[in-house]
Amino acid sequence: MIPAAFDYHAPGTLDEALALLAEHRDDAKVLSGGQSLLPLLKLRLGSAGHLIDIGRIPGLEYIKEEGETLAIGGRTREVELERSELIRAKLPLLADTAAVIADPLVRNLATVGGNLAHGDPANDHPAAMLALRAEVVATGPRGARTIPIDEFFVGLFTTALDAGEILTEIRIPQPPPRSGGAYEKLERKVGDFATAAAAVQITLGAGGKVVAAGIALTNAGPTPVRAVEAERYLVGKQPSAEVIVEAARLAGAAASPSADRRGQVEYKREMSRVLTARALRRAIQRTTRAARATPAARAEEQ
Amino acid sequence: MAKHQIRVKVQGTEREAEVESRLLLVHFLREVLGLTGTHIGCDTTHCGACTVLLDGQPVKSCTVLAVQADGREVLTVEGLERDGKLHPIQEGFWQEHGLQCGFCTPGMLITSYALLQRNADPSEVEIRQAISGNLCRCTGYVNIVKAVQHAAAAANAGEQRPPTTAA
Repeated sequence: MIPAAFDYHAPGTLDEALALLAEHRDDAKVLSGGQSLLPLLKLRLGSAGHLIDIGRIPGLEYIKEEGETLAIGGRTREVELERSELIRAKLPLLADTAAVIADPLVRNLATVGGNLAHGDPANDHPAAMLALRAEVVATGPRGARTIPIDEFFVGLFTTALDAGEILTEIRIPQPPPRSGGAYEKLERKVGDFATAAAAVQITLGAGGKVVAAGIALTNAGPTPVRAVEAERYLVGKQPSAEVIVEAARLAGAAASPSADRRGQVEYKREMSRVLTARALRRAIQRTTRAARATPAARAEEQ
Repeated sequence: MAKHQIRVKVQGTEREAEVESRLLLVHFLREVLGLTGTHIGCDTTHCGACTVLLDGQPVKSCTVLAVQADGREVLTVEGLERDGKLHPIQEGFWQEHGLQCGFCTPGMLITSYALLQRNADPSEVEIRQAISGNLCRCTGYVNIVKAVQHAAAAANAGEQRPPTTAA
């Protein structure tokens, strides 16, 4: 399959990229890793007169600590997240997530910024970023602005990014001590989108009660779903087996998936519930032990 | 519309061509350079038959534009053999019968080659994870895993002993 004709631009700086975007606006698409955009263009489900490749702009691929924040460059590839010791230690939820996106070959090119900016509720990073209460930095002709993740996903394939803006950074608050996170995904095979998936980020207080909870679901509606009631229910409680069951029930109730080849609505909602319970248990385990998300550590936990 | 002059180092040799913006890397390799070892399978980023190394990393060349490879290095299955001698990973697939129809093999070889570059002694789980983006409809993967293990063992033995001529 061959995409419809377009012009390709490879700006060397962010300013050049923004100028091209300002010139072509709605007729332009930003090409990051291309692992969603190129299939879309090949299948002719989408089209663009101009592709602006941000892959040759230096300084957009990084993972770094900035005080209370972990900053991730928009063009950081999934393989970097997956292999980052810093991410494994600080944000095991994100290490889990990166390791189940598409397949290893795709992850060598796919980027975290692209995964978010694509606005696909079936993508995995949106739920993880909702659970982590991340912020997205959008850079446009008038400079950078920060968008809270809860305001970022506007509709199916639609985000709060303006046509003239590029997603340049993701900012995640550093989890306090006694925090843990996990991502649980059910997929028919490696490389498929989630039948259902749940992202959980938990912080316990000194007495063992939940002081903060982030829970979000993948592929459970036209936009990524935050399970607000489940989060509220958990805060202030000891995370006992019964409490986890009830929180997972509330999360499942927040899912409004649509039926497709991956399953019926009832099945998917039930899987959202089951996966939330699993992610909660793993996240809570990780609050008490050194948070590691290596395949070996995962196998050990199971 | 929109032609670009690109230079891509393929198996270490600089190749130059004028290409359309929308030309895919796999078409550039197969149709412009005549390197038909890289296969087109699903053409939808699933099967991995089109896997090549781009700057040392295995990627699906049906989901990369040729213009994106400008100034970069590509290794295809044709580049594995040296001076008429199979690469140990190719030798492994031969010895362990790691293929039946052979359609997925170029991608499997490139992905396995990249794995062994990064991890000289992978576990079975690591091998299976590494090739999880490459689909094989014939073998059930068992002999492919053995083939990669064969290549790893041969390379590790080769480190201790001087190499002998290939069988």
